[in-house]
Amino acid sequence: MDFIYGLLPADLPTWVRVLGAGIACAVIGVTAMALGPLLYVYAETKVAGFMQDRIGPKRVGPHGLLQTVADAVKLLFKEAIYPAGADKKLFILAPCLVVVGAFLSFVVLPFGSRMQAVDLNIGLFYVVAVSSLSTVGLIMAGWASNNKYALFGAMRSAAQIVSYEIPAMMSLLTIVMIVGSLSLQEVVWAQQGGLQSWFLFRFFPIMPVVAIVFFTAGLAECNRAPFDIPEAESELVAGFHTEYSGFFFAMFFMAEYTEMLVISAVTSVLFLGGWWAPHPALQQIGSVGLGPFWLIAKAWFLMFVMMWLRWTLPRLRVDQLMYVAWKVLLPIGLTLVVLVGGLVLWFPDGFAWDGWVGWPLTLALFGFLFVVMQRAIRWSRKRAVEMAA
Amino acid sequence: MNAEAAVFYVLAAITVGSAAVVVLARSLIYSAFALLFTFVGVAGLYLLLGADFLAATQLLIYVGGILVLLLFGVMLTHKLYDLDLRSEVTQFLPGVIVSIGLFAVLALTAWRTDWAGGDGRAPAATTREIGQLFMGRYLLPFEAASILLLVALMGAAMIVRRKRSA
Repeated sequence: MDFIYGLLPADLPTWVRVLGAGIACAVIGVTAMALGPLLYVYAETKVAGFMQDRIGPKRVGPHGLLQTVADAVKLLFKEAIYPAGADKKLFILAPCLVVVGAFLSFVVLPFGSRMQAVDLNIGLFYVVAVSSLSTVGLIMAGWASNNKYALFGAMRSAAQIVSYEIPAMMSLLTIVMIVGSLSLQEVVWAQQGGLQSWFLFRFFPIMPVVAIVFFTAGLAECNRAPFDIPEAESELVAGFHTEYSGFFFAMFFMAEYTEMLVISAVTSVLFLGGWWAPHPALQQIGSVGLGPFWLIAKAWFLMFVMMWLRWTLPRLRVDQLMYVAWKVLLPIGLTLVVLVGGLVLWFPDGFAWDGWVGWPLTLALFGFLFVVMQRAIRWSRKRAVEMAA
Repeated sequence: MNAEAAVFYVLAAITVGSAAVVVLARSLIYSAFALLFTFVGVAGLYLLLGADFLAATQLLIYVGGILVLLLFGVMLTHKLYDLDLRSEVTQFLPGVIVSIGLFAVLALTAWRTDWAGGDGRAPAATTREIGQLFMGRYLLPFEAASILLLVALMGAAMIVRRKRSA
Protein backbone atom coordinates (compact mmCIF):
# COMPACT_ATOMS: atom_id res chain seq x y z
CA MET A 1 0.00 0.00 0.00
CA ASP A 2 2.91 2.35 0.76
CA PHE A 3 4.20 1.72 -2.75
CA ILE A 4 0.94 2.78 -4.41
CA TYR A 5 0.72 5.65 -1.94
CA GLY A 6 4.08 6.84 -3.22
CA LEU A 7 2.91 6.60 -6.85
CA LEU A 8 0.03 9.03 -6.33
CA PRO A 9 0.85 12.71 -6.96
CA ALA A 10 2.18 14.35 -3.83
CA ASP A 11 0.09 17.53 -4.16
CA LEU A 12 -3.14 15.65 -3.40
CA PRO A 13 -4.42 15.86 0.19
CA THR A 14 -3.20 13.01 2.41
CA TRP A 15 -6.62 11.48 2.92
CA VAL A 16 -7.21 11.28 -0.85
CA ARG A 17 -3.89 9.50 -1.28
CA VAL A 18 -4.57 7.10 1.60
CA LEU A 19 -8.05 6.38 0.30
CA GLY A 20 -6.80 5.99 -3.28
CA ALA A 21 -4.01 3.61 -2.29
CA GLY A 22 -6.43 1.63 -0.14
CA ILE A 23 -8.97 1.31 -2.93
CA ALA A 24 -6.28 0.31 -5.43
CA CYS A 25 -5.05 -2.43 -3.07
CA ALA A 26 -8.60 -3.61 -2.46
CA VAL A 27 -9.37 -3.76 -6.18
CA ILE A 28 -6.22 -5.78 -6.93
CA GLY A 29 -6.84 -8.09 -3.99
CA VAL A 30 -10.54 -8.67 -4.55
CA THR A 31 -10.06 -9.31 -8.27
CA ALA A 32 -7.37 -11.88 -7.57
CA MET A 33 -9.53 -13.43 -4.89
CA ALA A 34 -12.66 -13.58 -6.99
CA LEU A 35 -10.98 -15.03 -10.06
CA GLY A 36 -8.71 -17.42 -8.15
CA PRO A 37 -11.44 -19.97 -7.40
CA LEU A 38 -11.95 -20.47 -11.15
CA LEU A 39 -8.47 -21.92 -11.20
CA TYR A 40 -8.73 -23.74 -7.88
CA VAL A 41 -12.01 -25.44 -8.72
CA TYR A 42 -10.53 -26.56 -12.03
CA ALA A 43 -7.48 -27.90 -10.17
CA GLU A 44 -9.73 -29.62 -7.68
CA THR A 45 -11.73 -31.41 -10.39
CA LYS A 46 -8.56 -32.42 -12.20
CA VAL A 47 -6.92 -33.67 -8.99
CA ALA A 48 -10.10 -35.54 -8.08
CA GLY A 49 -10.13 -37.05 -11.56
CA PHE A 50 -6.50 -38.10 -11.26
CA MET A 51 -7.06 -39.67 -7.83
CA GLN A 52 -10.06 -41.61 -9.07
CA ASP A 53 -8.43 -42.70 -12.33
CA ARG A 54 -10.62 -40.47 -14.46
CA ILE A 55 -9.76 -37.66 -16.86
CA GLY A 56 -11.80 -34.91 -15.24
CA PRO A 57 -13.22 -31.98 -17.21
CA LYS A 58 -12.12 -31.97 -20.85
CA ARG A 59 -14.97 -30.64 -23.01
CA VAL A 60 -14.99 -26.88 -22.55
CA GLY A 61 -11.79 -25.30 -23.85
CA PRO A 62 -8.42 -27.02 -24.16
CA HIS A 63 -8.13 -29.72 -21.46
CA GLY A 64 -11.39 -28.44 -20.02
CA LEU A 65 -9.69 -25.25 -18.87
CA LEU A 66 -12.77 -23.13 -19.43
CA GLN A 67 -15.11 -25.52 -17.60
CA THR A 68 -15.09 -23.52 -14.37
CA VAL A 69 -15.54 -20.26 -16.29
CA ALA A 70 -18.66 -21.76 -17.87
CA ASP A 71 -19.84 -22.94 -14.45
CA ALA A 72 -19.30 -19.51 -12.94
CA VAL A 73 -21.21 -17.79 -15.75
CA LYS A 74 -24.02 -20.29 -15.31
CA LEU A 75 -24.17 -19.56 -11.57
CA LEU A 76 -24.22 -15.81 -12.16
CA PHE A 77 -27.17 -16.05 -14.56
CA LYS A 78 -29.18 -18.39 -12.38
CA GLU A 79 -32.19 -17.01 -10.59
CA ALA A 80 -31.65 -16.36 -6.90
CA ILE A 81 -34.31 -18.42 -5.16
CA TYR A 82 -35.50 -17.47 -1.70
CA PRO A 83 -37.03 -20.44 0.11
CA ALA A 84 -40.49 -20.04 1.62
CA GLY A 85 -40.30 -18.81 5.18
CA ALA A 86 -36.68 -17.76 4.84
CA ASP A 87 -35.57 -14.55 6.45
CA LYS A 88 -34.69 -12.62 3.31
CA LYS A 89 -32.50 -9.93 4.89
CA LEU A 90 -30.35 -12.35 6.82
CA PHE A 91 -30.41 -14.78 3.90
CA ILE A 92 -28.65 -12.18 1.74
CA LEU A 93 -26.40 -10.82 4.49
CA ALA A 94 -24.99 -14.24 5.40
CA PRO A 95 -22.95 -15.01 2.25
CA CYS A 96 -21.67 -11.41 2.27
CA LEU A 97 -20.34 -11.83 5.82
CA VAL A 98 -18.71 -15.14 4.95
CA VAL A 99 -16.96 -13.63 1.93
CA VAL A 100 -15.87 -10.52 3.84
CA GLY A 101 -14.44 -12.66 6.63
CA ALA A 102 -12.47 -14.70 4.12
CA PHE A 103 -11.20 -11.75 2.08
CA LEU A 104 -10.14 -9.58 5.02
CA SER A 105 -7.20 -11.86 5.81
CA PHE A 106 -5.51 -10.82 2.58
CA VAL A 107 -4.76 -7.41 4.02
CA VAL A 108 -1.79 -8.79 5.94
CA LEU A 109 -0.50 -11.58 3.69
CA PRO A 110 3.07 -10.71 2.67
CA PHE A 111 3.72 -11.62 -0.97
CA GLY A 112 7.13 -9.98 -0.91
CA SER A 113 9.18 -7.70 1.28
CA ARG A 114 7.12 -4.76 -0.04
CA MET A 115 4.16 -6.56 -1.59
CA GLN A 116 1.74 -6.44 1.25
CA ALA A 117 -1.36 -4.30 1.65
CA VAL A 118 -0.59 -3.30 5.25
CA ASP A 119 1.99 -4.75 7.62
CA LEU A 120 -0.11 -4.69 10.79
CA ASN A 121 1.94 -5.33 13.88
CA ILE A 122 -0.84 -7.63 15.12
CA GLY A 123 -0.90 -9.48 11.77
CA LEU A 124 -1.24 -13.07 13.00
CA PHE A 125 -3.80 -12.13 15.60
CA TYR A 126 -5.73 -10.17 12.97
CA VAL A 127 -5.95 -13.20 10.66
CA VAL A 128 -7.45 -15.26 13.47
CA ALA A 129 -9.81 -12.46 14.53
CA VAL A 130 -11.36 -11.66 11.15
CA SER A 131 -11.99 -15.31 10.39
CA SER A 132 -14.54 -15.27 13.22
CA LEU A 133 -16.79 -13.09 11.04
CA SER A 134 -17.19 -16.05 8.67
CA THR A 135 -18.36 -18.24 11.53
CA VAL A 136 -21.20 -15.86 12.34
CA GLY A 137 -22.01 -15.71 8.62
CA LEU A 138 -22.29 -19.49 8.42
CA ILE A 139 -24.64 -19.62 11.41
CA MET A 140 -26.70 -16.82 9.90
CA ALA A 141 -26.96 -18.72 6.60
CA GLY A 142 -28.08 -21.83 8.40
CA TRP A 143 -30.72 -20.06 10.39
CA ALA A 144 -32.05 -17.78 7.65
CA SER A 145 -32.60 -20.69 5.24
CA ASN A 146 -35.51 -22.05 7.31
CA ASN A 147 -34.27 -25.56 6.69
CA LYS A 148 -33.43 -28.24 9.23
CA TYR A 149 -30.39 -29.49 7.37
CA ALA A 150 -29.01 -26.01 6.91
CA LEU A 151 -29.43 -25.32 10.64
CA PHE A 152 -27.72 -28.58 11.60
CA GLY A 153 -24.91 -27.85 9.20
CA ALA A 154 -24.45 -24.36 10.60
CA MET A 155 -24.36 -25.56 14.19
CA ARG A 156 -21.88 -28.30 13.40
CA SER A 157 -19.72 -25.81 11.58
CA ALA A 158 -19.80 -23.36 14.49
CA ALA A 159 -18.88 -26.05 17.00
CA GLN A 160 -16.10 -27.25 14.74
CA ILE A 161 -14.56 -23.85 14.08
CA VAL A 162 -14.70 -22.79 17.73
CA SER A 163 -13.06 -26.05 18.80
CA TYR A 164 -10.29 -26.11 16.20
CA GLU A 165 -9.43 -22.47 16.70
CA ILE A 166 -7.82 -23.37 20.03
CA PRO A 167 -5.15 -25.83 18.78
CA ALA A 168 -4.51 -23.49 15.85
CA MET A 169 -3.87 -20.63 18.28
CA MET A 170 -1.57 -22.83 20.36
CA SER A 171 0.61 -23.57 17.37
CA LEU A 172 0.57 -19.90 16.32
CA LEU A 173 1.76 -19.08 19.84
CA THR A 174 4.92 -21.17 19.40
CA ILE A 175 5.87 -19.21 16.29
CA VAL A 176 5.13 -15.92 18.06
CA MET A 177 7.40 -16.98 20.92
CA ILE A 178 10.25 -17.79 18.53
CA VAL A 179 9.92 -14.57 16.52
CA GLY A 180 8.86 -12.25 19.31
CA SER A 181 6.42 -10.44 17.04
CA LEU A 182 2.92 -10.86 15.61
CA SER A 183 3.77 -9.19 12.31
CA LEU A 184 3.74 -11.62 9.39
CA GLN A 185 6.52 -9.69 7.69
CA GLU A 186 8.80 -10.18 10.69
CA VAL A 187 7.93 -13.86 10.85
CA VAL A 188 9.16 -14.14 7.26
CA TRP A 189 12.32 -12.12 7.95
CA ALA A 190 13.15 -14.40 10.87
CA GLN A 191 13.40 -17.30 8.40
CA GLN A 192 16.01 -15.68 6.21
CA GLY A 193 18.81 -17.82 4.79
CA GLY A 194 17.32 -20.61 2.73
CA LEU A 195 15.66 -23.93 3.40
CA GLN A 196 17.52 -24.79 6.60
CA SER A 197 16.29 -21.76 8.51
CA TRP A 198 12.58 -22.27 7.80
CA PHE A 199 10.58 -22.76 10.98
CA LEU A 200 9.39 -26.16 9.82
CA PHE A 201 12.95 -27.39 10.34
CA ARG A 202 13.70 -25.51 13.60
CA PHE A 203 14.12 -27.56 16.84
CA PHE A 204 14.13 -30.65 14.70
CA PRO A 205 11.62 -33.13 16.06
CA ILE A 206 9.31 -30.42 17.46
CA MET A 207 8.39 -27.87 14.81
CA PRO A 208 7.16 -30.43 12.24
CA VAL A 209 4.61 -31.50 14.86
CA VAL A 210 3.56 -27.88 15.36
CA ALA A 211 3.15 -27.52 11.61
CA ILE A 212 0.99 -30.64 11.41
CA VAL A 213 -1.19 -29.45 14.30
CA PHE A 214 -1.66 -26.04 12.66
CA PHE A 215 -2.38 -27.42 9.22
CA THR A 216 -4.87 -29.97 10.57
CA ALA A 217 -6.69 -27.32 12.59
CA GLY A 218 -6.65 -24.98 9.59
CA LEU A 219 -8.12 -27.70 7.41
CA ALA A 220 -10.91 -28.13 9.94
CA GLU A 221 -11.48 -24.38 10.12
CA CYS A 222 -12.18 -24.10 6.41
CA ASN A 223 -14.56 -27.07 6.57
CA ARG A 224 -12.57 -29.17 4.13
CA ALA A 225 -12.63 -32.93 4.00
CA PRO A 226 -11.91 -34.97 6.08
CA PHE A 227 -13.49 -32.34 8.33
CA ASP A 228 -16.43 -31.44 6.06
CA ILE A 229 -19.02 -32.51 8.63
CA PRO A 230 -20.99 -29.25 8.20
CA GLU A 231 -21.79 -30.17 4.62
CA ALA A 232 -21.79 -33.94 4.84
CA GLU A 233 -23.81 -34.87 1.76
CA SER A 234 -24.84 -38.26 3.08
CA GLU A 235 -26.44 -36.76 6.17
CA LEU A 236 -27.23 -33.10 5.58
CA VAL A 237 -27.90 -32.68 1.82
CA ALA A 238 -25.39 -29.82 1.54
CA GLY A 239 -25.27 -28.37 5.03
CA PHE A 240 -25.53 -24.66 5.62
CA HIS A 241 -25.77 -23.77 1.91
CA THR A 242 -28.52 -26.29 1.07
CA GLU A 243 -31.00 -23.56 0.11
CA TYR A 244 -28.61 -21.27 -1.69
CA SER A 245 -28.48 -21.04 -5.46
CA GLY A 246 -27.04 -18.83 -8.16
CA PHE A 247 -24.77 -16.00 -7.13
CA PHE A 248 -25.13 -16.53 -3.38
CA PHE A 249 -24.01 -20.12 -3.76
CA ALA A 250 -21.08 -18.90 -5.84
CA MET A 251 -20.15 -16.59 -2.96
CA PHE A 252 -19.99 -19.49 -0.50
CA PHE A 253 -17.86 -21.37 -2.97
CA MET A 254 -15.57 -18.41 -3.42
CA ALA A 255 -15.24 -18.02 0.35
CA GLU A 256 -14.35 -21.68 0.80
CA TYR A 257 -11.56 -21.61 -1.76
CA THR A 258 -10.33 -18.25 -0.50
CA GLU A 259 -10.12 -19.63 3.01
CA MET A 260 -8.16 -22.60 1.70
CA LEU A 261 -5.73 -20.19 0.09
CA VAL A 262 -5.48 -18.12 3.27
CA ILE A 263 -4.75 -21.15 5.45
CA SER A 264 -2.18 -22.41 2.91
CA ALA A 265 -0.52 -19.02 2.59
CA VAL A 266 -0.41 -18.48 6.36
CA THR A 267 1.05 -21.96 6.82
CA SER A 268 3.73 -21.19 4.23
CA VAL A 269 4.49 -17.87 5.92
CA LEU A 270 4.76 -19.49 9.34
CA PHE A 271 6.61 -22.68 8.52
CA LEU A 272 7.91 -22.59 4.95
CA GLY A 273 9.70 -19.28 4.90
CA GLY A 274 6.98 -17.16 3.26
CA TRP A 275 8.44 -15.42 0.24
CA TRP A 276 11.98 -16.71 0.80
CA ALA A 277 13.31 -19.08 -1.84
CA PRO A 278 14.55 -22.53 -0.74
CA HIS A 279 18.06 -21.34 -1.59
CA PRO A 280 19.24 -17.69 -1.47
CA ALA A 281 20.49 -18.00 -5.07
CA LEU A 282 16.93 -18.53 -6.29
CA GLN A 283 15.61 -15.39 -4.62
CA GLN A 284 15.79 -13.25 -7.73
CA ILE A 285 16.51 -13.42 -11.44
CA GLY A 286 18.63 -10.41 -12.36
CA SER A 287 16.95 -7.59 -10.52
CA VAL A 288 13.48 -9.16 -10.54
CA GLY A 289 12.53 -10.45 -7.10
CA LEU A 290 10.77 -13.82 -7.09
CA GLY A 291 9.16 -13.37 -3.63
CA PRO A 292 5.52 -13.51 -4.77
CA PHE A 293 6.30 -16.52 -6.95
CA TRP A 294 7.73 -18.49 -4.02
CA LEU A 295 4.89 -17.65 -1.65
CA ILE A 296 2.23 -18.53 -4.20
CA ALA A 297 4.06 -21.70 -5.22
CA LYS A 298 4.20 -22.82 -1.59
CA ALA A 299 0.58 -21.88 -0.96
CA TRP A 300 -0.56 -23.74 -4.07
CA PHE A 301 1.44 -26.78 -3.10
CA LEU A 302 -0.32 -26.82 0.29
CA MET A 303 -3.67 -26.40 -1.46
CA PHE A 304 -2.77 -29.42 -3.54
CA VAL A 305 -2.07 -31.28 -0.30
CA MET A 306 -5.54 -30.27 0.92
CA MET A 307 -7.15 -31.64 -2.24
CA TRP A 308 -5.03 -34.76 -1.97
CA LEU A 309 -6.22 -35.31 1.62
CA ARG A 310 -9.81 -34.68 0.60
CA TRP A 311 -9.77 -37.44 -1.98
CA THR A 312 -7.76 -39.81 0.22
CA LEU A 313 -9.28 -39.73 3.68
CA PRO A 314 -12.87 -40.61 4.61
CA ARG A 315 -14.97 -38.05 6.47
CA LEU A 316 -14.82 -38.12 10.27
CA ARG A 317 -17.88 -38.67 12.42
CA VAL A 318 -19.09 -35.79 14.62
CA ASP A 319 -17.88 -37.36 17.86
CA GLN A 320 -14.53 -38.30 16.30
CA LEU A 321 -14.18 -34.72 15.14
CA MET A 322 -14.60 -33.36 18.67
CA TYR A 323 -12.35 -36.09 20.04
CA VAL A 324 -9.55 -35.10 17.68
CA ALA A 325 -9.85 -31.42 18.60
CA TRP A 326 -10.13 -31.61 22.36
CA LYS A 327 -8.36 -34.82 23.32
CA VAL A 328 -5.63 -35.10 20.69
CA LEU A 329 -4.72 -31.73 19.20
CA LEU A 330 -5.28 -29.59 22.31
CA PRO A 331 -3.02 -31.61 24.70
CA ILE A 332 -0.37 -31.80 21.97
CA GLY A 333 -0.68 -28.06 21.40
CA LEU A 334 -0.40 -27.21 25.11
CA THR A 335 2.65 -29.44 25.49
CA LEU A 336 4.26 -27.81 22.46
CA VAL A 337 3.68 -24.31 23.85
CA VAL A 338 5.47 -25.18 27.10
CA LEU A 339 8.22 -27.08 25.27
CA VAL A 340 8.93 -24.42 22.67
CA GLY A 341 8.76 -21.71 25.35
CA GLY A 342 11.55 -23.47 27.23
CA LEU A 343 13.57 -24.11 24.10
CA VAL A 344 13.35 -20.48 23.03
CA LEU A 345 14.82 -19.53 26.42
CA TRP A 346 17.64 -22.08 26.38
CA PHE A 347 18.44 -22.28 22.66
CA PRO A 348 17.47 -18.91 21.17
CA ASP A 349 19.14 -19.83 17.86
CA GLY A 350 17.71 -23.31 17.54
CA PHE A 351 19.52 -26.59 18.08
CA ALA A 352 23.08 -27.00 16.86
CA TRP A 353 22.04 -29.66 14.37
CA ASP A 354 19.16 -27.65 12.84
CA GLY A 355 21.18 -26.41 9.87
CA TRP A 356 22.33 -29.75 8.53
CA VAL A 357 20.18 -32.44 10.16
CA GLY A 358 16.81 -30.76 10.61
CA TRP A 359 15.60 -30.40 7.08
CA PRO A 360 16.75 -33.69 5.53
CA LEU A 361 15.33 -35.61 8.50
CA THR A 362 12.05 -33.68 8.41
CA LEU A 363 11.63 -34.33 4.71
CA ALA A 364 12.54 -37.99 5.27
CA LEU A 365 9.96 -38.13 8.05
CA PHE A 366 7.23 -36.75 5.80
CA GLY A 367 8.30 -39.17 3.05
CA PHE A 368 8.14 -42.05 5.53
CA LEU A 369 4.66 -40.98 6.67
CA PHE A 370 3.57 -40.82 3.04
CA VAL A 371 4.83 -44.34 2.35
CA VAL A 372 3.18 -45.69 5.49
CA MET A 373 -0.11 -44.08 4.49
CA GLN A 374 0.19 -45.48 1.00
CA ARG A 375 0.88 -48.97 2.37
CA ALA A 376 -2.02 -48.75 4.83
CA ILE A 377 -4.44 -47.70 2.12
CA ARG A 378 -3.23 -50.42 -0.25
CA TRP A 379 -3.53 -52.99 2.53
CA SER A 380 -7.05 -51.92 3.45
CA ARG A 381 -8.09 -52.01 -0.20
CA LYS A 382 -6.67 -55.49 -0.62
CA ARG A 383 -8.43 -56.55 2.53
CA ALA A 384 -11.72 -55.10 1.28
CA VAL A 385 -11.35 -57.05 -1.95
CA GLU A 386 -10.58 -60.23 0.00
CA MET A 387 -13.60 -59.68 2.24
CA ALA A 388 -15.81 -59.17 -0.77
CA ALA A 389 -14.54 -62.30 -2.47
CA MET B 1 -15.28 18.29 10.96
CA ASN B 2 -12.12 16.35 10.19
CA ALA B 3 -11.86 12.80 8.90
CA GLU B 4 -11.26 11.32 12.34
CA ALA B 5 -14.41 12.86 13.76
CA ALA B 6 -16.42 11.66 10.75
CA VAL B 7 -15.17 8.10 11.22
CA PHE B 8 -15.93 8.33 14.93
CA TYR B 9 -19.54 9.40 14.33
CA VAL B 10 -20.10 6.65 11.75
CA LEU B 11 -18.74 4.02 14.13
CA ALA B 12 -20.71 5.45 17.05
CA ALA B 13 -23.89 5.41 14.95
CA ILE B 14 -23.30 1.75 14.01
CA THR B 15 -22.64 0.79 17.62
CA VAL B 16 -25.54 2.65 19.19
CA GLY B 17 -27.98 1.85 16.37
CA SER B 18 -27.35 -1.88 16.48
CA ALA B 19 -27.35 -1.82 20.28
CA ALA B 20 -30.85 -0.32 20.06
CA VAL B 21 -31.86 -3.18 17.76
CA VAL B 22 -30.47 -5.66 20.31
CA VAL B 23 -32.75 -4.20 22.98
CA LEU B 24 -35.84 -3.53 20.89
CA ALA B 25 -35.96 -6.48 18.48
CA ARG B 26 -38.92 -8.80 18.88
CA SER B 27 -37.11 -11.95 17.95
CA LEU B 28 -34.22 -13.15 20.03
CA ILE B 29 -32.21 -14.20 16.99
CA TYR B 30 -32.36 -10.67 15.56
CA SER B 31 -31.03 -9.33 18.84
CA ALA B 32 -28.18 -11.80 18.69
CA PHE B 33 -27.25 -10.93 15.13
CA ALA B 34 -27.49 -7.19 15.82
CA LEU B 35 -24.98 -7.76 18.58
CA LEU B 36 -22.47 -8.59 15.84
CA PHE B 37 -22.58 -5.02 14.54
CA THR B 38 -22.33 -3.62 18.06
CA PHE B 39 -19.16 -5.63 18.66
CA VAL B 40 -17.70 -4.68 15.29
CA GLY B 41 -18.49 -1.01 15.95
CA VAL B 42 -16.77 -1.13 19.34
CA ALA B 43 -13.76 -2.83 17.71
CA GLY B 44 -13.70 0.01 15.19
CA LEU B 45 -13.69 2.57 18.01
CA TYR B 46 -10.74 0.79 19.63
CA LEU B 47 -8.96 0.85 16.28
CA LEU B 48 -9.60 4.57 15.97
CA LEU B 49 -7.96 5.07 19.36
CA GLY B 50 -4.87 3.18 18.19
CA ALA B 51 -5.58 0.15 20.37
CA ASP B 52 -5.11 -2.42 17.61
CA PHE B 53 -4.49 -5.39 19.88
CA LEU B 54 -7.60 -4.62 21.89
CA ALA B 55 -9.67 -4.31 18.69
CA ALA B 56 -8.53 -7.71 17.43
CA THR B 57 -9.17 -9.20 20.85
CA GLN B 58 -12.65 -7.69 20.83
CA LEU B 59 -13.40 -9.37 17.47
CA LEU B 60 -11.84 -12.68 18.48
CA ILE B 61 -13.42 -13.02 21.92
CA TYR B 62 -16.78 -11.35 21.43
CA VAL B 63 -17.61 -12.20 17.82
CA GLY B 64 -15.71 -15.47 17.49
CA GLY B 65 -16.44 -16.76 20.97
CA ILE B 66 -19.26 -15.20 22.91
CA LEU B 67 -21.57 -14.38 20.01
CA VAL B 68 -21.13 -17.81 18.44
CA LEU B 69 -21.89 -19.50 21.76
CA LEU B 70 -24.88 -17.21 22.22
CA LEU B 71 -26.27 -18.10 18.79
CA PHE B 72 -25.54 -21.72 19.52
CA GLY B 73 -27.51 -21.53 22.73
CA VAL B 74 -30.43 -19.73 21.10
CA MET B 75 -30.63 -22.24 18.26
CA LEU B 76 -30.25 -25.31 20.46
CA THR B 77 -32.90 -24.21 22.92
CA HIS B 78 -36.14 -25.73 21.81
CA LYS B 79 -38.54 -23.26 20.23
CA LEU B 80 -36.68 -20.29 21.60
CA TYR B 81 -35.74 -18.92 18.22
CA ASP B 82 -39.23 -18.34 16.98
CA LEU B 83 -40.53 -17.16 20.29
CA ASP B 84 -42.30 -13.81 20.08
CA LEU B 85 -40.84 -11.57 22.73
CA ARG B 86 -43.62 -9.13 23.46
CA SER B 87 -43.19 -8.11 27.03
CA GLU B 88 -45.84 -6.07 28.75
CA VAL B 89 -44.98 -2.66 30.11
CA THR B 90 -44.89 -3.15 33.86
CA GLN B 91 -43.47 -0.84 36.45
CA PHE B 92 -43.06 1.99 34.02
CA LEU B 93 -42.22 4.69 36.57
CA PRO B 94 -39.59 2.77 38.62
CA GLY B 95 -37.95 1.72 35.36
CA VAL B 96 -37.68 5.28 34.15
CA ILE B 97 -36.29 6.48 37.47
CA VAL B 98 -33.68 3.73 37.66
CA SER B 99 -32.51 4.21 34.07
CA ILE B 100 -32.30 8.00 34.38
CA GLY B 101 -30.41 7.64 37.65
CA LEU B 102 -27.99 5.17 36.10
CA PHE B 103 -27.47 7.41 33.11
CA ALA B 104 -26.80 10.38 35.42
CA VAL B 105 -24.21 8.44 37.42
CA LEU B 106 -22.42 7.21 34.29
CA ALA B 107 -22.52 10.60 32.58
CA LEU B 108 -21.21 12.35 35.69
CA THR B 109 -18.40 9.84 36.03
CA ALA B 110 -17.42 10.27 32.40
CA TRP B 111 -17.63 14.04 32.70
CA ARG B 112 -15.77 14.45 35.98
CA THR B 113 -12.97 11.98 35.38
CA ASP B 114 -9.66 13.55 34.52
CA TRP B 115 -8.91 11.49 31.42
CA ALA B 116 -5.28 11.07 30.45
CA GLY B 117 -5.26 12.75 27.07
CA GLY B 118 -1.95 11.57 25.73
CA ASP B 119 -0.08 13.62 23.16
CA GLY B 120 -2.64 13.14 20.38
CA ARG B 121 -0.63 10.54 18.51
CA ALA B 122 -1.56 6.89 18.37
CA PRO B 123 0.85 4.60 20.23
CA ALA B 124 3.10 2.77 17.79
CA ALA B 125 2.60 -0.78 18.94
CA THR B 126 0.65 -1.83 21.98
CA THR B 127 1.07 -5.60 21.93
CA ARG B 128 4.50 -5.78 23.53
CA GLU B 129 3.61 -3.35 26.31
CA ILE B 130 0.33 -5.10 27.06
CA GLY B 131 2.17 -8.40 27.29
CA GLN B 132 4.83 -6.99 29.58
CA LEU B 133 2.26 -5.36 31.85
CA PHE B 134 0.29 -8.61 32.12
CA MET B 135 3.41 -10.61 32.92
CA GLY B 136 4.89 -7.97 35.21
CA ARG B 137 2.96 -5.29 37.01
CA TYR B 138 -0.52 -6.80 36.69
CA LEU B 139 0.48 -10.44 37.05
CA LEU B 140 -1.60 -11.05 40.17
CA PRO B 141 -4.93 -9.64 38.85
CA PHE B 142 -4.30 -11.46 35.58
CA GLU B 143 -3.78 -14.78 37.31
CA ALA B 144 -6.72 -14.18 39.63
CA ALA B 145 -8.97 -13.60 36.61
CA SER B 146 -7.66 -16.79 34.99
CA ILE B 147 -8.38 -18.81 38.11
CA LEU B 148 -11.87 -17.33 38.29
CA LEU B 149 -12.55 -18.34 34.69
CA LEU B 150 -11.13 -21.81 35.30
CA VAL B 151 -13.36 -22.28 38.33
CA ALA B 152 -16.38 -21.13 36.33
CA LEU B 153 -15.47 -23.60 33.58
CA MET B 154 -15.14 -26.46 36.04
CA GLY B 155 -18.40 -25.49 37.70
CA ALA B 156 -20.22 -25.54 34.37
CA ALA B 157 -18.73 -28.94 33.56
CA MET B 158 -19.80 -30.25 36.97
CA ILE B 159 -23.37 -29.06 36.52
CA VAL B 160 -23.92 -30.55 33.07
CA ARG B 161 -22.20 -33.81 33.92
CA ARG B 162 -24.57 -36.72 34.28
CA LYS B 163 -24.69 -38.19 37.74
CA ARG B 164 -23.13 -41.62 37.87
CA SER B 165 -25.60 -44.31 38.82
CA ALA B 166 -24.35 -45.41 42.20
